[in-house]
Formats: sequence, C-alpha cells, structure tokens
Amino acid sequence: MVDGPIDLSVRLGALALANPIMPASGTFSEELARVFDLDLLGAFVTKTITREKRSGNPTPRVAETASGMLNSIGIPSKGLDHFLTDIVPAYRAFHQPLVASISANTPDEFAQLCADVSVPGVSAIEVNISCPNLEEDGRAFAMRPESTHSAMQKLRAASDKPLWAKLTPNTGEIAEVAAAAEAGGADAVVVANTILAMKIDVHTRRPSLGNIMGGLSGPAIKPIVVRMAYQCARAVSIPVIGCGGIATAEDVVEYLLAGCAAVQVGTATFLHPTAMTRIIDDLAAYCRANGVAAVRELIGAMETGPLARTDELLAQVY
Amino acid sequence: MTLSPKTVHADTTSPFPVGEHVCRVVTNEAVNDQYRLMELAAPAPALAAEPGQFFHLLCPQAGEDAPFFRRPMSIYRIDRAHGRLGFLYKETGSGTRAMATLRPGDPFNIVGPLGIGFTLPPDRAPVVLLARGVGLATLAPLAQAAAAAGNPVTALFSARDPAYLMSLDYMAEQGAAVLTVTDSEGTSDPEQVERLLRGLHAAGRMEAIYTCGSNRLMLLAQRLAAELGLRGEVAMEQQMACGLGMCFCCVRAFRTEAGIEHRRVCNEGPVFDLKEALSW
Repeated sequence: MVDGPIDLSVRLGALALANPIMPASGTFSEELARVFDLDLLGAFVTKTITREKRSGNPTPRVAETASGMLNSIGIPSKGLDHFLTDIVPAYRAFHQPLVASISANTPDEFAQLCADVSVPGVSAIEVNISCPNLEEDGRAFAMRPESTHSAMQKLRAASDKPLWAKLTPNTGEIAEVAAAAEAGGADAVVVANTILAMKIDVHTRRPSLGNIMGGLSGPAIKPIVVRMAYQCARAVSIPVIGCGGIATAEDVVEYLLAGCAAVQVGTATFLHPTAMTRIIDDLAAYCRANGVAAVRELIGAMETGPLARTDELLAQVY
Repeated sequence: MTLSPKTVHADTTSPFPVGEHVCRVVTNEAVNDQYRLMELAAPAPALAAEPGQFFHLLCPQAGEDAPFFRRPMSIYRIDRAHGRLGFLYKETGSGTRAMATLRPGDPFNIVGPLGIGFTLPPDRAPVVLLARGVGLATLAPLAQAAAAAGNPVTALFSARDPAYLMSLDYMAEQGAAVLTVTDSEGTSDPEQVERLLRGLHAAGRMEAIYTCGSNRLMLLAQRLAAELGLRGEVAMEQQMACGLGMCFCCVRAFRTEAGIEHRRVCNEGPVFDLKEALSW
C-alpha cells in the first residue's frame, strides 16, 4: 500500500505528461468534451490530418467481431487549413499537450505537411507511417525498415517538434522498423496501428466492410500488440507508446511492464466514453494497492528471472 | 442508481450533457409478435433528452449473442414526471435479441442523450408525422412535444399489418388525429398516401412534415414539401460505433448547395433537413 498521492506522470523525451493515458488517433475529437473534462487526460491526439480534404471510404465502415472492431474509415479529413484555423485554436481551451496526427502519400508530401503543422499549440506530431506509400506500390512506409528510415529522415528535417512514428503491425520485422524509425530521427514510436483483417457476411456473401479489408482493433488484438511493443522496447532507446486493445488499467500495466512509457486507448472509448478517465483512476488504485509510488517504476519492469519463491521452496527441501 | 423522484426537471446546465448512465429496467415486454417496449428508470440528465435524439445502448451478452458495439436507438417516450425513458424496438439482430432478455430490475448501461432532435415550426403551425414500421417510435415523442407547443398534429402511420400499428391510443391522447394505412388492407401504396397528404394540406392540416422509417415515404414527403413549400425533417438511421462524432463510420450523403456532402448521422443528425436528404 502507498499512503500518499500516486505519481502518475511520465516523460516522453522532452514532453512531460501528467499521466500515461491518451487517446489513439481516430478515436477522439473535441466532441468528447461533452462527456468529461478533457484535461484529465495525459495528452490529446487528433484524427489523422491530410493536406487536402478527403471524404473517406464507402459504408459500411465498421463491423464487429469477437471482442473486436473492424474498420475502414478511410481517413476522412477536412484538410490542413481547417486544422490550423479551427482545431488548434479549439484546444487552447485545454491545458494538456496536443499531438497532431498526420498522413501523406509520399515522403516529400509527408515532410511538407509535417512542417506545416509545426505551429504553436502543437506539442508533438504523430506521423502515421502506417498508411500506404504511393511510391512503393501502396505498401505502408512502416512495413519495411528502409522506407521507414528514409521517410523519418525527411520528416525529421522538416520539424523541430517531437516526432512519434506510428508503426504498423502488418510487418514481419517490427523491431527492425522501430530501430529504423529511431535512426531516422523519431522521438518515440507508437506500437501499433490496426491489424489488417476482413469479415464476410455468409448470408449475403458480401464483405462486411465497404472497402472489403480493414483494420482490426479492440481486446482481440491486445496480446499480439503487447508482444510487438515488448520487441520494440528491446530494440530502441526512445520511448515506446503502446496501443492495442486497452480497455482496463490492468491492460495499461501490462503494456508498461512490457516496456512502454505511455499508452493510447481507442476502441474502448467507443464502448465506454469515460473509459480513459476510469482507467486513470484504476491505474492509481493499482499502484496504491501494489506499493508503486510512481507509475514510471512499472516501465519495463516485467520479471523474467527465476522466481524468488523457487529458491525459498528449494531451501525448505534441502 | 436510485429511482427518480416524481418531478424531474431536465438538466440543461451541465457542462457534460452526455453521460454514461446505468439505469434499471422497469418493464421489457412484447407489445406484439415483433416489437418490445422497454422502460427504464432514468436519471435527470438522461431525461433531458429531446424528441429525435437517441441513446447508445450497451446490450448484454446473452447465450450466443455477444454484441461488441453499443446499439443506437431513438427515444420512444420521455416521461419526466415518472423518471422513465422508453424504447420501442424490434428484435432484428444480436444486440436487440440480447436486449430482449433483460428483466425488470436488471441494470442497463446507456450513453446519451445524443444527436440533434426535431425542430417544430413556430406559430402553432399544423404538422404531419409520416412514419412506417419502427419509424413511428421515433416520431411518437414529437407528437407529445408538438401538442405541448400548440402545434396541431396529424399522425399518418403505415405498417405491413394493423397488428404492427402501435401507439395509436397514445397519439390520440396527445391530441393527434391518427390515420393508418397498411399493406394487408391495400391502403399503403405511395399513390394513396400522396392523396391523403394532399387532402391534409388542402384542409390546412399540414404546414410541416416529419418522417421516419421508409425510404419511399421520405421521397414522397420530400417531393410534396418542395412542391407545397413545406418545412420538413427526416430522422435517419446508420450503423454506428462511437455515437459521439469521433469515428466517422455513420456518415450518409446529403445534397447541399455546395454539392454532395457527407455528414455524421450521430452528430449532425439523426434528424436532418428533408430537402437535403438522399435516398438510402
């Protein structure tokens, strides 16, 4: 038990957060301010911004699966100008760091957009390199270390803001990709985006999503992404931000133990709009009950050595 | 959760008008072989709901039904005097099947009130409510609000069979004139409905029209509203995930002066200007 207040603060490079809980891009907007005080969160992460207006994919855009959600929203965006003139000023009413998520079709367009969102009021930029690169036959930048490294170098040169690389789980070499992001100048990696998946309606024989394939999120993917976050944390010295299937404070502790310095909550907010504030309260309660005075003590604290208890038992026998 | 007191006033001053409320089920019974009526004991912030708004319902796990998302559902009845919220629904999938298993006293987690509801015309102008099937559930609270505001109401309800015409007594109690048409009686085809609507207009009973539940009736109402210069609104449905405007999965296309525009049914709707609606 801890008697005093629990220190929930964490540090992501130069950026200090009051607590490690923030929303995942695409699952959050200022509309949530109708439900709770947004300043309870560690940071705000915007929907992904593109330079031009995009209307997104055909409906249906979501489908439910066992303990998970399939989506293919298609990054609808009101464009850069709307972000600069409406979104950034709207967040002046709040005090936590604003993280702008951005996406583009080529490394050069990505870098230019990164420069254009590097404005006062934006504390960090999450570069969604999980999106398709049109110069690489539509493969996501973050599917391979080489394309990750070259994109990150251009992004790094375009901005002095902290840059977070959002990685895709749809690769066989995520640790190498994370290392390439770090070498290219990323200040943190976000592990990970959704897992490419699909569902077919057996009665109509039609795909459940208008776009046929989409991204799987929710509790269904958590063990896979915890593994990936663990692999990335071992491969880099920059902070890893865990993202995948978090619905409870226990899920957060799991990601922290695996080596993450903070986490993002997405799909859970769709089921419970107050999920993030409940998780923050429950995380403090977990720390209190388990003698953890500061939540950062948990980062990378998974125990893999022999169980201390084994030695005690053996001592009793011999 | 406590039962609400006898007189409950809408909480319109809260900085957080949308809440996640764990309500108690009061009744959840079949009203015919297709529809059920659920009544919840709801707290004041939930009872601040306006006609046309909706709640996002966390349906339970029941047997093989494991709905993952919440289910959006329009409000059928807002009874502030008794602290009750009502939902009229049809068992159509895993969410509503699971919802049907709830018993009086069970907890039920609802998020809301959500979305933008109906707007009544000023100056006690007479209104027509044109609904088919479960669409009448969405329009029922509007009859109550219109009566309270002094707008004379004519309800024109369409269904497959007279057995599925619900809430007629309730509408009459609100002072609404009720007209019904059904497929089984051969009275519900659009030509006959159009004759009825033109008759209502000629009699000075229709200066605004509200519709829900049928694409064909929406198109008819839209055409007549344009021709006769009526105000009109349509309540729409769409599959939703968040219900709050964050995920952009519930968009529909609308025709505006600037061209085709996608809007979120949860956030810009579910009630929309009839003249901008497109066929679904």
